[in-house]
Amino acid sequence: MLKIENLVVSYNSIEAIKGITLEVNEGKIVSLIGANGAGKSTTLKSIVGLVKPQRGSITYQGKDLLSTPTKDMVKHGITLVPEGRRVFANLTVLENLKIGAYSRKDEKEVQKDLEWVYELFPKLKERSWQQAGTLSGGEQQMLAVGRGLMSRPKLLMMDEPSLGLAPLIVKEIFHIIKEIHKQGVTILLIEQNANAALKISDEAYVLETGLISMKGKGKELLENSDIIKAYLGETAGHK
Amino acid sequence: MFFQDMTFELFMQHLTNGISLGSLYALIAIGYTMVYGILRLINFAHGEIFMMSLYFAFYGVAMFAMPWYVAFIVTIILTCLMGMLVERAAYKTLRDSPRITVMVSAIGASFFLQNLAVVLFGGRPKAFPTVGLFTDVLKIGTVSLQRLTLMIPIATMVFLWGLLYLVNKTKTGMAMRAVSKDHETARLMGVDVNRTITITFAVGSILAALGGIMWGMKFPQIQPTMGVMPGLKAFIAAVLGGIGNIHGAVIGGFLLGIGEILLVAFLPELTGYRDAFAFIMLIAILLLKPTGIMGEKISEKV
Ligand SMILES: Nc1ncnc2c1ncn2[C@@H]1O[C@H](COP(=O)(O)OP(=O)(O)O)[C@@H](O)[C@H]1O
Ligand SMILES: [Mg+2]
Repeated sequence: MLKIENLVVSYNSIEAIKGITLEVNEGKIVSLIGANGAGKSTTLKSIVGLVKPQRGSITYQGKDLLSTPTKDMVKHGITLVPEGRRVFANLTVLENLKIGAYSRKDEKEVQKDLEWVYELFPKLKERSWQQAGTLSGGEQQMLAVGRGLMSRPKLLMMDEPSLGLAPLIVKEIFHIIKEIHKQGVTILLIEQNANAALKISDEAYVLETGLISMKGKGKELLENSDIIKAYLGETAGHK
Repeated sequence: MFFQDMTFELFMQHLTNGISLGSLYALIAIGYTMVYGILRLINFAHGEIFMMSLYFAFYGVAMFAMPWYVAFIVTIILTCLMGMLVERAAYKTLRDSPRITVMVSAIGASFFLQNLAVVLFGGRPKAFPTVGLFTDVLKIGTVSLQRLTLMIPIATMVFLWGLLYLVNKTKTGMAMRAVSKDHETARLMGVDVNRTITITFAVGSILAALGGIMWGMKFPQIQPTMGVMPGLKAFIAAVLGGIGNIHGAVIGGFLLGIGEILLVAFLPELTGYRDAFAFIMLIAILLLKPTGIMGEKISEKV
């Protein structure tokens, strides 16, 4: 579905991505894990055109994405839930969800998706008239995911959706991700919480300072001793 | 009484004058505040766009002998196009440039339009056409004033209502508010950010044209430099109210308009300081509450 080949991205001559190749197959949950600064967000930003790669190719269902403007990504079914939630604090919860469906014309289906999002996140329904800036961090993350879903994505990419959230809410987020996946949405997930991410992933890639150092099935990587040492550490012991 | 010669009639006249001047400042201030809201840019050319609208109306009525309502509609359309053109020429190409570069371009656009007006229309003042329907004198009880003085605030309220409807109740308005918060994320949601910015300039320019037409009827002398002072004062009004905030711009506009007129009315010996009033208010607000009356914390754009 999504293919990245030999991608190189630099910020002012500093290479953040040094030639990576990865693939996301339709219907899968693929995760990209790695330490802070490894280049995970840069990879996602390249896919949606927010940064311009130096070299390499990105194709989606055979279509070249590098020449597609960011604003058209949702029309092709590609949606990014950005790092740090980035909800529109000055818009109400409902408006945030509506803007997720900004380029859709099928009003009736949008309404259905809204009901679905409210079902997934009942809190959002209660607060639909509240300004998004007044929500708690966890609620904002749910709003960011809900907003992403409102575009009815085929490929949903999430950049560290669990960052900075309480363990209980993290659990809920991962539960929701599985729920979304059941509806047939392909998922590309970025996480530092490697343990939780690998558990739900079909495939996973480990990114280390701009290069892919390991890849495999989620379950395999979960048992890999190098990974345990580098990324799972404490958390693995407490599962 | 303190001010022996200030009769009720006179006071009402001053107050209504202040309210209508405040309305005009408010209409122009909205253009500054909306553009700032969406681009974090002070559109220095806005005063010149306002000035151009008066010339468009003048030429429509005086030279091309259009009926006033046709001339005014043409004026609104031309001013709107001019605002969009300024955005395209002076700002769009600099979208990713440092702020200082864009600011220099804004100042350049302002000078360019002013000098273009001198070349095209001549530097000598022209008389804005009078439209009896608006400029005739009306007597309410013992207070006599131009119809315009009452019509301006009423028309302004209608325009404001329309604007708030657009911004708060329509899909386009929602996109404008989203873009003003976060361009990147708005793009991710499928919003055409460039188009939304263009619309913002169009709306600001339409309001400047509406203000310009009413300004011309109230102060019927036009010249190429006439956009500078109202532009500066409207900008101060926007800062006073909290730049980026539409309600703030309106409040700031009324405060300045009414304050300026009443200052001169009550203290005629300060007439020479009339224009200084706005700047004193600017200094005061920057010292007391730099974010303005309605302002939230100014967040540096990333
Ligand atoms: N806008 C930017 N300008 C310069 N360097 C950047 C920028 N964004 C990211 N980087 C650098 O690129 C590298 C990868 O960053 P990022 O993709 O955000 O990593 P991750 O998401 O894995 O934490 C880091 O070294 C980071 O400092
Ligand atoms: Mg990141």
